Amino acid sequence: MKKRILLTGLAAVLAAGILWGCGSDKNKETLTVFNYGEYMDPEVLELFEEETGIEVKYEEALTPEEMYSKYSSGAIEYDLLCTSDYMLERLIREGELQPFDMNSLEYGENIGETYWKTAERFDPGNRYVLPYFWGTVGILYDKTKVKKPVDSWEVLFNGEYAGSLIMQNSIRDSYMVALKYLGYSLNTKDEAQIREAQALLLKQKPDVQAYLVDEARDEVVAGNAAMAVVYSGEAYLGKEYNENLEYVVPKEGSNIWLDCWGVTKYCDNTDAAGKFLDFLCREDIAMKNFEYIYYSTPNEAVIENLDESLRTDKTIVPDPEEIENCELYLQLDPDTNKLYNDLWKELKAD
Amino acid sequence: MKRKYWAAPYLVWVVGFVVLPLITIGVSAMTDDQGHFTWENLLSIGDPINRQALLFSLAIALGCTVICILLAYPAAMILRSLRLNKRGFAILIMILPMWMNFILRILAWQMILSPNGVLNFLIGKLGAGPLQISNSWIALMIGSVYDFLPFMILPVFNAISDIDEDTIEAARDLGANDRAVFWKVILPLSAPGMISGIIMVFVPAMTSFVIADILGGGKIQLIGNIIEQEFTKSMNWHAGSGLSISLMIFVLISLAFTMKNDLKDKGTTIW
Repeated sequence: MKKRILLTGLAAVLAAGILWGCGSDKNKETLTVFNYGEYMDPEVLELFEEETGIEVKYEEALTPEEMYSKYSSGAIEYDLLCTSDYMLERLIREGELQPFDMNSLEYGENIGETYWKTAERFDPGNRYVLPYFWGTVGILYDKTKVKKPVDSWEVLFNGEYAGSLIMQNSIRDSYMVALKYLGYSLNTKDEAQIREAQALLLKQKPDVQAYLVDEARDEVVAGNAAMAVVYSGEAYLGKEYNENLEYVVPKEGSNIWLDCWGVTKYCDNTDAAGKFLDFLCREDIAMKNFEYIYYSTPNEAVIENLDESLRTDKTIVPDPEEIENCELYLQLDPDTNKLYNDLWKELKAD
Repeated sequence: MKRKYWAAPYLVWVVGFVVLPLITIGVSAMTDDQGHFTWENLLSIGDPINRQALLFSLAIALGCTVICILLAYPAAMILRSLRLNKRGFAILIMILPMWMNFILRILAWQMILSPNGVLNFLIGKLGAGPLQISNSWIALMIGSVYDFLPFMILPVFNAISDIDEDTIEAARDLGANDRAVFWKVILPLSAPGMISGIIMVFVPAMTSFVIADILGGGKIQLIGNIIEQEFTKSMNWHAGSGLSISLMIFVLISLAFTMKNDLKDKGTTIW
């Protein structure tokens, strides 16, 4: 009997070791980097390791929420992470990031002034985060199916393209569309406004072909849908695949998003972290990443060197006036979050 | 004595990947944000929206299981009647798709069923109008049946091929026609296989969420989707755990109900 208890105990310890104990080798300089999937040219990591001798352990996640879950489970102590504005805001507020002197970066000035300013919405004084890529959310539509040029969210709600439109299968991106169409802020905490958006989305649901995330673009490309709410980066690739597609940021405004890098509180080797951030800002590396991802880059040195056709592409380099009414997502209070979650379930259950 | 040590890796496996996760989920199901004890998460399965999703999942899982049984029996009978070398090949053909990732296969179904997809192309060639199957519960059902059918065919086939030919001949000698042979001999003798099949189809069909997301176009909400939302979107692990535990209890009850009369038989013959 005793032996069995001992054995079980041993097994538990071993299992715990397997689950949590990923010990690290202290001899070699390493950086544990956490990023979205497909969000960096793999070659960039190889080049970095070659040039600096610092070993990069690279981890990926799909959504900011998944990232936060993985990060806060503490299973892996990440040194650097790249995530979206509202999640960075949360991480900063919860003390998970450490301040980093952005002026110490040799190539930091490649990042345009506008983007530092945008980042200040959630990182006053630019103390924590380095802009990486940004973009908008808008409507990708098929010109052969939609005769009039689209300039407003209205086209998603007037029933004209019933059964042929695709919404984003994500809570805030869906409510953002309705809130902006109604003329409200996408960061509103006013329950009445959010409920008004809910009523609009419930009314719209029978017209919605599907709520998708990654496949939204593909459905428009394949001609299965007339239009979809997509991220600008997706829209650019969609236009590459199908020349009949057009992307527009509706005049009522939309979400503008900014993904940035931050140094976590677990990072001891800030020197290595700095080298990595600097590396990402370097023009040739930023260009490599841009050509891998094709989202809008805040790196002005890259924009200057783009081909004429890319530089004038409004999807990649939007006009300032086009994004005037756009807002960043800000972190909501728990009550509003809960309201959103409940309403979303209600919308899906209908 | 020595044999115990051979069991150690399995013990590690069971403790690390079954017991510990279950305890973690159990603990977080019974607590709230502040770590206080609560029943609320477990009882939230009774909320109208959660209950509706649970019942809908149940309906889909039952439908999927029934269709799988209806398809598996003829297939298993055909397999039984094949000569040995052909039989191996036929089984291989049935298992072959399982060597590919199931999400890829579901994505393939999305393309087959989509408005401009293969199916509508063929139907269009026959002169009929486009079918609107994609993003509906019908698409979900097709995908689920396709995905889980091998898990029904294999145990049913195993059970049927174990039936001694003499038993069937004896039944015929005693005057049973084909129908009587099937209902009175083959079906009862293959019941354990069917029960394994039911477990292996019903449980995943009941708890899956990816098929609903992809083929249901995000418009269909199964209980699995709600649990997924609680974990990944709402980040309310307590509610998600509570729902998982309730679902587990619900599945256990359904299975106990299914297996009530069967435990005295051979037990489980999954493969």
